Amino acid sequence: MIDPLEKTPFILARADEFITWAQKNSLWPFGSGLACCAIEMIATAAARYDIARFGMELFRASPRQADLFIVAGTVTNKMAPVLRRLWDQMPDPKWALAMGNCAIGGGPFPTYSVLQGVDRIIPVDVHVAGCPPTPQGLIHGLMILQEKIARSRPTKEILNPDARRKS
Amino acid sequence: MPAEKADRPELAQALEALTGRFAASVLSGAVDRGELAVRLTKDALVPVLRFLKDEAGFNAFEDLVVFDELNASLGGGARFTVIYRLYMFPGALRARLTVGVGEGESLPSAVPCYRSADWAEREAFDMFGIRFEGRPDLRRIYMPDDFDGHPLRKDFPLAGRTRGL
Repeated sequence: MIDPLEKTPFILARADEFITWAQKNSLWPFGSGLACCAIEMIATAAARYDIARFGMELFRASPRQADLFIVAGTVTNKMAPVLRRLWDQMPDPKWALAMGNCAIGGGPFPTYSVLQGVDRIIPVDVHVAGCPPTPQGLIHGLMILQEKIARSRPTKEILNPDARRKS
Repeated sequence: MPAEKADRPELAQALEALTGRFAASVLSGAVDRGELAVRLTKDALVPVLRFLKDEAGFNAFEDLVVFDELNASLGGGARFTVIYRLYMFPGALRARLTVGVGEGESLPSAVPCYRSADWAEREAFDMFGIRFEGRPDLRRIYMPDDFDGHPLRKDFPLAGRTRGL
């Protein structure tokens, strides 16, 4: 038996708002724990801070299953090509978060071996400062990222695939 | 260092045997702070290592340390000082061999004698550019393969030459 349409509940919403609402509340992070920031990232995922409250508890071991790249720690020049390759393996739409001063700009290592900021190799959406940032700091950054996603217009890309951002 | 180690007779015996056999190559030798400390010329390095391993009983290669004495080399001395650290167990005795090597010179490899010197020599090559002859696979161990320069040399800029990528 099929209900008449007027008795079936339905939602009327702008497509952009509906899509971004889904995207921002189901970010699947790909954590690259490169230094001590990884400890804080792990603490953020654990029970006390519980990143699952934001729908982000599914830390993936594969970049192909993730849409949020959390670069947590010191990126060396030797590691940089690996990170770039992992980023390229992530399917669109995807976001990147640079966690900690090392990932933002080299931190306390202005040296021959350390990449002076991960935004030299991948486009970073949110920078979270700290050495390392606290779990609260990372969660704040993730909420900033949620706001940024909420402001985005994914239907633009759907309607015009050529406008897809070049990363 | 515990004081009783300085009294260990094995070290004095090893030093006596070493200076007797390699008199021409040993520049100085002593039992210093409970360790056998020998400065020698690089041509005798491998025979001395073999002697210490096979006859004196230093059965482990602990580490290889390099100094870059850039200022000393301007006065005519060897630029790099390489220290080989050997260990004996049981007994917990240590020996250190000091060799000077100039820029552009090479050292005989310790790998045929102590296989555990492999990564230490690769590190010395990567960081200081010291070449080791008579061993396979002398390539960088820390820096990317296409890296230019040897970063722990005193005349290498800390921030690097290319500022990364």
